[in-house]
Amino acid sequence: MALADKDRIFTNLYGYQPWNLAAAQARGDWDNTKDLIARGRDAIIQEMKDSGLRGRGGAGFPTGMKWSFMPKESKDGRPSFLVINADESEPGSCKDREIIRHDPHKLIEGALVAGFAMGARAAYIYIRGEYIREAETLFAAVAEAYDAGLLGKNAAGSGYDFDVFVHRGAGAYICGEETAMIESLEGKKGQPRLKPPFPAGAGLYGCPTTVNNVESIAVAPTILRRGAAWFSSFGRENNKGTKLFQISGHVDKPCVVEEEMSIPFRELIEKHCGGIRGGWDNLLAVIPGGSSVPLVPAAEIMDAPMDFDGLRALGSGLGTAAVIVMDKSTDIVRAISRLSYFYKHESCGQCTPCREGTGWMWRVMERLRTGDADVEEIDMLFNVTKQVEGHTICALGDAAAWPIQGLIRHFRPEIERRIADRAGDVREAAE
Amino acid sequence: MADRHPEPDTPQLRARWGNFAWTEANAAKAKEIIARYPAGRQRSAVMPLLDLAQRQVGAEENTQGWLPLPVMEYVAAQLDMPIIRVLEVATFYTMYNIAPVGRFHVQVCGTTPCMLRGSDDILAVCKQRGLKKGHTTADGLFTLTEVECMGNCASAPMVQINDDNYEDLTAERIEHILDELAAGRQPKTGTQEPGRHTVEPVGGPTSLTAMVSENHDYRGEW
Repeated sequence: MALADKDRIFTNLYGYQPWNLAAAQARGDWDNTKDLIARGRDAIIQEMKDSGLRGRGGAGFPTGMKWSFMPKESKDGRPSFLVINADESEPGSCKDREIIRHDPHKLIEGALVAGFAMGARAAYIYIRGEYIREAETLFAAVAEAYDAGLLGKNAAGSGYDFDVFVHRGAGAYICGEETAMIESLEGKKGQPRLKPPFPAGAGLYGCPTTVNNVESIAVAPTILRRGAAWFSSFGRENNKGTKLFQISGHVDKPCVVEEEMSIPFRELIEKHCGGIRGGWDNLLAVIPGGSSVPLVPAAEIMDAPMDFDGLRALGSGLGTAAVIVMDKSTDIVRAISRLSYFYKHESCGQCTPCREGTGWMWRVMERLRTGDADVEEIDMLFNVTKQVEGHTICALGDAAAWPIQGLIRHFRPEIERRIADRAGDVREAAE
Repeated sequence: MADRHPEPDTPQLRARWGNFAWTEANAAKAKEIIARYPAGRQRSAVMPLLDLAQRQVGAEENTQGWLPLPVMEYVAAQLDMPIIRVLEVATFYTMYNIAPVGRFHVQVCGTTPCMLRGSDDILAVCKQRGLKKGHTTADGLFTLTEVECMGNCASAPMVQINDDNYEDLTAERIEHILDELAAGRQPKTGTQEPGRHTVEPVGGPTSLTAMVSENHDYRGEW
């Protein structure tokens, strides 16, 4: 059960071939897009639903269903918008970058098809500011599509008018949250909005808006061409399709690779990453879905299926499939503490539990790292993470809490050892 | 939140930047940017215009560029926005430099995926060469910042210097890159691993091998 190259969607993932329109068309992109659109909105949405595609940005919400929430027609003259989330900033995540710099036309064609299916007047692609060269490619690819009549009036000869605009961020992780992204697009600080109203009712400029991840949009044209049955032939029930995995950390060969959903962790690593550095006995723990999900100890992850449900069963999650591998040389407390610093740095400051909590949690984590703490403080920290979790407007508070909870759940003895060692050192010094 | 403080508003700052205006090319570019957003929603253009302004300042003083207060005021006027709304945006987003920077802004990623692959060594080299976080070297050449995850995790550790990424770094490789830049030469960008193309496994791809040598069309095999 191995994914064959012919079933990979992102065939130019590594950029061996040019990204430009002519090369993309030779690979099958923009092939009679007019016909895809001629199927009609309902048929496209039904096909997406049938494919079982779940959002690739981390939350895993069914993409077809999300599209169906958009109003069928505008009763008050407000246009609808598609916003594409290319603000890839979750530590460990580096897949959308490869799509944008090596296969941008998959994304742009997907924008047209998805935009049509939800009745959007235009798409804004919000790309993280640090992807400077990638944005240059994206701007150029969009310009190519306009020049070829694939976007704009009567896009791709479909009779549908559709625009795609690229908007660069400027270094704020929080703008990956959909309502913060909308605020940012409106020219404001990226601070998340209270929901409801949900973006599908009132999003960008107060108009119905759907926010989708780059990968979710970029796979859509291929799913429509090859059919829902093809896409859903990969992966376990409720976890269908192919997926870009990004493996970083202590493997022999870190890489980005498209694989079948539900591939066992061991197979993923053996096949594409040359194994764990120092062998499987040297594996300590894995953060399987980007920094926001709790770590999983070696023994539990080794043969786990890499999908939404399989990793949730381990108390973690698939997230963006950003797999951060840590071997036994890792200072595990420092590895998580560095993530705590990340969340402290990226908190937007709007909600007090997050603004104050992320800094507090990081400072305590730093003391646990050196052992300069009391054993009771482990429980106190756990308790505080529970007070941050679920008490903020957006999920950044939760995302800051979960890695710490995972650490305490699985590595409490290690934290206690550091505290005991340090207490011993201090006593010795005093004697 | 990130701790950041804008350069103080002084008579000297006003004297230097009070007459800021777009170059002809940038004026046209600004017009094109504003047209990306619906009529009456021109405020949406504040982020790209601040970026454009930072780059123009950088071009004038041969640095990465930054945003003096009078420049923010100029952008506010063009977009018919209160100045405080522009200042809010400039201080919120960390890619806007709100204090002067050097010729090369060395941004070392220190988040966990890079840390696991040796970003400590990269920062150590920077320190050894006299670069200090949040400071510019006396010759005005290098400003050092430790940044949060840059999304190059499969080719970590990495550093972004102005507009380019340098990936798969080691202590020797970053030394070489900084030497080249200091000597006025442009080092190779992207991965520094010999033989590696982008983010395929080192030693060659384990999938899509047909793509290496030709623009393969897989549709015939569907």
